[in-house]
Amino acid sequence: MRRTSKIAAVGLVVALALTGCGRSDTGTSKPGSGTSAAADNTICKDAKGDTKVGLAFDVGGVGDQSFNDSAYAGLKKAVSELGVACTTGEATDGEAESAREDRLRTMADAGMNPIVAVGFAYSEAVDKVSGDYPDVNFAVIDGFDPTGDAANDNVAYLGFAENEGSFLVGAAAGLKTKTNKVGFVGGVHMDLIKKFEAGFTQGVKAVNPKAKVLVGYIQESDLKGFGDPDGGKQVANGQLDRGADVIYHAAGGSGAGVFAAVTEAGKGQWAIGVDSDQYLTAPDDQKAHILTSMLKRVDVATFDMIKSVVDGAPLKSYSTFDLKADGVGYSTSGGFVDDIKAQLDQWAEKIKAGTIKVKTKP
Amino acid sequence: MNNMAAAAWSRKIGQALLAPLIALLVAMVVTSLVIMLAGASVGDFLSVLLRAPSNRNWVNIANQSVLLFLSALAASIGFRMNLFNIGVEGQYTLASYVAALVAGLAIFPGKLNILVAIVIAMVVGGIWAGIAGVLKVTRGVSEVISTIMLNAIAITMVGYLLNTYGQQYGQGRRTKPLSADSMFVGWVPFDARDGAIWTLGLLAVLAGVGISFLINRTRFGFDLRATGMNEAAAVASGVKVKQMVVISMVLSGAIAGLIWLPALFNGAAYYGPPFQRGLGFAGIAVALLGRNRPIGIAFGAVLFAWLNEQANPLGLLVGISPSVVQITQGVVVLAVVVAYEVVRRWATAREQKALRATLDKAAAASTDNDAKAVAS
Repeated sequence: MRRTSKIAAVGLVVALALTGCGRSDTGTSKPGSGTSAAADNTICKDAKGDTKVGLAFDVGGVGDQSFNDSAYAGLKKAVSELGVACTTGEATDGEAESAREDRLRTMADAGMNPIVAVGFAYSEAVDKVSGDYPDVNFAVIDGFDPTGDAANDNVAYLGFAENEGSFLVGAAAGLKTKTNKVGFVGGVHMDLIKKFEAGFTQGVKAVNPKAKVLVGYIQESDLKGFGDPDGGKQVANGQLDRGADVIYHAAGGSGAGVFAAVTEAGKGQWAIGVDSDQYLTAPDDQKAHILTSMLKRVDVATFDMIKSVVDGAPLKSYSTFDLKADGVGYSTSGGFVDDIKAQLDQWAEKIKAGTIKVKTKP
Repeated sequence: MNNMAAAAWSRKIGQALLAPLIALLVAMVVTSLVIMLAGASVGDFLSVLLRAPSNRNWVNIANQSVLLFLSALAASIGFRMNLFNIGVEGQYTLASYVAALVAGLAIFPGKLNILVAIVIAMVVGGIWAGIAGVLKVTRGVSEVISTIMLNAIAITMVGYLLNTYGQQYGQGRRTKPLSADSMFVGWVPFDARDGAIWTLGLLAVLAGVGISFLINRTRFGFDLRATGMNEAAAVASGVKVKQMVVISMVLSGAIAGLIWLPALFNGAAYYGPPFQRGLGFAGIAVALLGRNRPIGIAFGAVLFAWLNEQANPLGLLVGISPSVVQITQGVVVLAVVVAYEVVRRWATAREQKALRATLDKAAAASTDNDAKAVAS
């Protein structure tokens, strides 16, 4: 009896360890098995230069086909165009706050400058570490100064106007829907993702006041909502059942499930990608269903930060990458939005000119 | 006679150490194979994992060991009586949130605030675990199922409350931060930049000693162990098993409530993005590794903390994902259970052999005597 229950316990633990710890690997269809164990540092292996860039990834790392990959694309561009050397480090799911700090300190001790931290989760760690390395320039993508005390002179907080980009894909959804019902699938019900929802809803209503937006989130606070394709599929299926025919996801790796659900629902159903141009990385059968993607140009922000340091005038304090700065936008791969491109660009002009204010809260 | 007892004692310790060592070795071999398959260098991996920790690494290892120890201790209480409290994760999430919330309100002044928060965390964790205990004894619901479900409820509920009532804070939410006089500064063994050892690490020591005493030296502990070993026999000898189930679940949850408090009162100051998730599941693994004994758990916690901390810069230094260390941790837990069983059987076999040899000798001697008696 004791032994069987012990074996049962071990089985459970293994199952939990796999679900609990392995989240970083779920949801991303990584090309080749090697990438998950050996981080793809190919770009940094041969890169040489006077400026050494440290790039600290969020959970998921290279290969998430979304957020982290976008930052990596910016680094690649910097290596080829600016001639910089680099190292990268990756976060593990559920890691201690001290682990993030240690990653940044290790980079700073190794002479990296600038150090770009990818993801808002690094905000606290950068705040603690930056004071000890006044000569090193830090940047946090989506970050902010948590203390709000004397601003850190050597930290740049690179934010995005995701609401503006979401407005444009919302307009696309509003124009394309035949059922007058569109869906929004958020990964985690947090303020950052609500910003996507707010812009999207406003965009839909702007072009199609009759349309209804069905909103669903995968998780309330658990960050696994960004790496849970099954959860994404469930929420998307619910919306499809209620008549939605265009679904926008802001759910990172969970988006794969949204694409799958829409593809299974068949012809005339659309999905809208996020962060990167997801048409380019989707499997062939799903491509015909990816209307467009909301581009969040993390690569632009990463590249700009590195360039500013190379040029000797490092970015500081808050910068917002909005439509005007080409920090957000929409993709046209696949050609599905070609017929409405003129309309979308008109809306974009209005936002750039400030005649339309896009909400940040739903 | 004394010598023999000492020899038996040292043999026992040797056996206790042998199994974890074998398990660790197996885990390293498996991890190495995975790394080789992925096309990376095993030498690089080992050199990073076994390098001398820097000052700040030592501090982090110590602090993380404390959290893992508390988590494993919480899980071990249930395990000792065959109760699988898988809900440590939810219990400490909810308890940490409520404790941070109440402490942030600063109803009590200064350090008294901390004391109150500790009590509240234990009560919340205890109640949350107690639900599973009550369900088990009244409705026969398996505690494995109910605690897993309670995890999901606790995590979602905390998320909802934080999103709805939390303080706006960058792109996220948090509870109201503690005032500086309700925080500890900790003990700084090296430079300030290397970090401080958390003051509430003392909680781990107190809880470890307390639970150890409770289980080994009290009537309650005896009942608990007896129930774990043979429930029918325990019932027959008058142990109130239902009562025991509820009490040990509550106790387990109360300890779970403490898990994140050392971090809260030394570095974090609020519940929000810096909250460390996943400790509840890691604790189950550490408890199994430590055979549910506080001393064993302490070693297991240090081992896991060491692996986590040392693996962190793997990506930076040698281009291997730090996630591979989770393979090491997973295999070590699997292997240790097998290794204990193998060592136990081997030891039993050896004992039997020794006994048989002695008996044979005695038998031979007696037949000898018999023969002599017949001859004369």
